Amino acid sequence: MYNEATVVGSVIEGLRKQFPHVVCVDDGSTDGSQEKARAAGAVVVQHPINLGQGAALQTGIEFALQDPELECIVTFDADGQHRVDDAMAMAERVKSGEAEIILGSRFLDDRTKLSAAKRLVLKTAAIQSRLATGMNLTDAHNGLRAFNPRVASNIHLTQNRMAHASELVNQLARLKPKYAEHPVEIIYTDYSKSKGQSLLNSVNIVAELFFK
Amino acid sequence: MLIIVQIILVAAVMVVSLALMRGGSNARHLAVRRILLMIFAVVAALSVFFPEALTRVAGFLGIGRGTDLVLYGAVVSLFVFMATTYQRFRHAENALTKLSRRIAIDEAEKPGQLS
Repeated sequence: MYNEATVVGSVIEGLRKQFPHVVCVDDGSTDGSQEKARAAGAVVVQHPINLGQGAALQTGIEFALQDPELECIVTFDADGQHRVDDAMAMAERVKSGEAEIILGSRFLDDRTKLSAAKRLVLKTAAIQSRLATGMNLTDAHNGLRAFNPRVASNIHLTQNRMAHASELVNQLARLKPKYAEHPVEIIYTDYSKSKGQSLLNSVNIVAELFFK
Repeated sequence: MLIIVQIILVAAVMVVSLALMRGGSNARHLAVRRILLMIFAVVAALSVFFPEALTRVAGFLGIGRGTDLVLYGAVVSLFVFMATTYQRFRHAENALTKLSRRIAIDEAEKPGQLS
């Protein structure tokens, strides 16, 4: 999370009702988000400076891997755009051994409402990623994922900012785990819309991927 | 005829730029880049005093004026500079990320020891 003080507390409280361990990676927030997260019952791992979402994701994964009893990692955005029910169902599918990684997709059902332009960009990104990696994924830029420790220990994200989503898919394509998609709803509140990435950011993503 | 020379020149510029950009940071590539930069600086300086000489070289290459030749050289060096600086920046960023991650994980309480 980065400066999410207004929402992170309720997001973590929601998660804590279902998940015993919630790790919140703070990406150098300056608005007191850390205290809110701690008060809500999360373990806060705090970057000393702001590095970006990809860096935070990798930090969270490496932190969780220290636990020898780890069964499943779920990545969940701090801004409240995901649903805890979806996360629960995905974690169950990983724990049952059905797949090693379950990726959330907002395009598998019609719960998520999004603009035509955003739909087009995300669909294009998904097609590009399918052609490049051969992985049949419908929503490459969905932050809700659940995976087991073997997959987790093979993820090494180096793209600090937004291009990490494509980087992750590339690494999965090489690792070839058993994977599946799970229909999830993205809740676009006014808050997440104001914080979320603008469509123009897709230009940055492509540029970051091109100039490794 | 001219167009062929021009195509070859553009191709050569692109190949050289790519080779220099992709060169990475090892000592030999660094030395090559520095030598090329020196040559470029000397040629640019000479062109101030002997514009005709450079124009003759340029004419031989089918470019036209000597100043244009210098301009093309400048564009190539700019690209090389951008690429190497970007690479160096990425390396620094990577190192910084690893350092910050280490600090973050070391400072937090270990998982598994939670109550």
